[in-house]
Amino acid sequence: MNTPTPATSTAPGVAPGRTAALSEGARQERRLGLLLCAPAVVVMLAVTAYPIGYAIYLSLQRYDLRFPNQASFVGLSNYAAVLSSEFWWEAFWVTLLITVVSVAVELVLGFALALVMHRAIFGRGSVRTAILVPYGIVTVVAAYSWQYAWTPDTGYLAALLPSGEAPLTEQWPAIGLIILAEVWKTTPFMALLLLAGLALVPEETLRAAMVDGASAWQRFRLVTVPLMKPAILVALLFRTLDAFRVFDNIYVLTSGAHGTGSVSILGYDNLFTALNLGIGSAISVLIFLCVGLIAFAFIKLFGAAAPGSQEAGR
Amino acid sequence: MAGAGERHLTGWALTNTVVIAYALFPVWWIAALSFKDPSTLTDGNFVPEKWTLENYRGIFETSEFTRALINSIGIALIATVIAVVLGTMAAYAVARLRFPGKKVLIGMSLLIAMFPPISLVSPLFNIERILGIFDTWPGLIIPYMTFSLPLAIYTLSAFFREIPWDLEKAAKVDGATPAQAFRLVIAPLAAPGVFTTAILVFIFCWNDFLFAISLTSTTRARTVPAAIAFFTGSSQFQQPTGSIAAAAVVITIPIIVFVLLFQRRIVAGLTSGAVKG
Repeated sequence: MNTPTPATSTAPGVAPGRTAALSEGARQERRLGLLLCAPAVVVMLAVTAYPIGYAIYLSLQRYDLRFPNQASFVGLSNYAAVLSSEFWWEAFWVTLLITVVSVAVELVLGFALALVMHRAIFGRGSVRTAILVPYGIVTVVAAYSWQYAWTPDTGYLAALLPSGEAPLTEQWPAIGLIILAEVWKTTPFMALLLLAGLALVPEETLRAAMVDGASAWQRFRLVTVPLMKPAILVALLFRTLDAFRVFDNIYVLTSGAHGTGSVSILGYDNLFTALNLGIGSAISVLIFLCVGLIAFAFIKLFGAAAPGSQEAGR
Repeated sequence: MAGAGERHLTGWALTNTVVIAYALFPVWWIAALSFKDPSTLTDGNFVPEKWTLENYRGIFETSEFTRALINSIGIALIATVIAVVLGTMAAYAVARLRFPGKKVLIGMSLLIAMFPPISLVSPLFNIERILGIFDTWPGLIIPYMTFSLPLAIYTLSAFFREIPWDLEKAAKVDGATPAQAFRLVIAPLAAPGVFTTAILVFIFCWNDFLFAISLTSTTRARTVPAAIAFFTGSSQFQQPTGSIAAAAVVITIPIIVFVLLFQRRIVAGLTSGAVKG
């Protein structure tokens, strides 16, 4: 029902003029193509473009959910309020720190994991099965596992610490544990993307470099990494944008207390605790702009390697 | 020589063990917690001393969890079906037909897949209250389209590009009707990709937490990840640790089953789009 029978490969019947028939066929193909894409495009725009437009509108209003009738246009003052607030900047730097550190650690660990899976002489299957578990598991479940592990008395990891230590209640240790939870969960994804990139590195090239006397590290740095650049950049882009949205782990581990909240946590709290739709929307728009900037920077810096741009040749 | 080979083997065995332990120990820990007798929940042991199913009995006794489980399954399934149907149509067009705007479509789905969900939560919260779909199944299924549809289009286009579509022509030359060619040649070739995409999309919907806590307020539409966060102990002096652990294990089971049965396909689905663009 969902996959229409292809009608395009059947040649058009007897046509009066050859060129006219061809362009008629091409036009039909074009129409069918657009028709098939239309529902998906309409839905995607309806669920993203429309709400973000509405968020921009709301962000220009003074809109307190407790007094919905007093909503009024206030221009950019919500943005001014957010950008001059220390909460926004603390959340922003915490988010940036979590993003940069976790993506960097994941890249190194992910590479190690990918090399293990690529080179292992046995047990590749079971390693791959095992690392799919962190990837697939519900983030909230993993976050609770970590939270209980670090809770004094309950947790086996907390038991390893000197008594009286509650790492989740102190800013720096808590941020470290949030990064740990993020790294555990998403390194497999990084590793699998890098593994797929490793498979594209020709074995002969590596052997040739070996014959020429290149050490293992030189082979990795001068042959493997340059050839894998597209895969590495895609993995970095995906993970950076994903890490910047961090919410689930923080919500469960610390609820954003003790200066551990990310920008997503801040937006959520403004909406559901402070019930301020205007400010909450301004934060939403600012986060959207941040993510857009990160994506833009990646594509600008590494343009040719950006996902989607290589498919032209296919 | 043999000694070196053996050492090599031991080295790999050790490496593999470390990796597998790394991947599984948080899962083991939450499972261990869920099997602990309530009196030993706070003993900090890595292995339960007294095993019990008490925590599981507890969560299945109240409708809070069972209702959330039904919500989770229903919402994730419906969102998956819609995303895969619309995604298949679009991906088929991208792989098979010549028309302008293909690259725009792929680029757009990628951009939307990267959309920060929190940016949608505040406007959706208001829109859904106005439309009266706040705290309903459609109220979650609609926002799930923001990530499930781009994921489906992206993954399916990658899969469909690999299909040897010429086989269809060959079947027709051999005398098959278009319907037969589709049913006997194309559908079997496309099915694994569609199926894999469905699993990936389902996992993503199953995983969602932010939309689920923001756009629901009662057990009417609350999914398990959100419901867990609202669990309370059976008395106000009791922590809900055991119930949370048991519920967490229950919603992890489908993921483990998918991973065990379809790991090759999941890996292919995850990476094909990203690496081959």
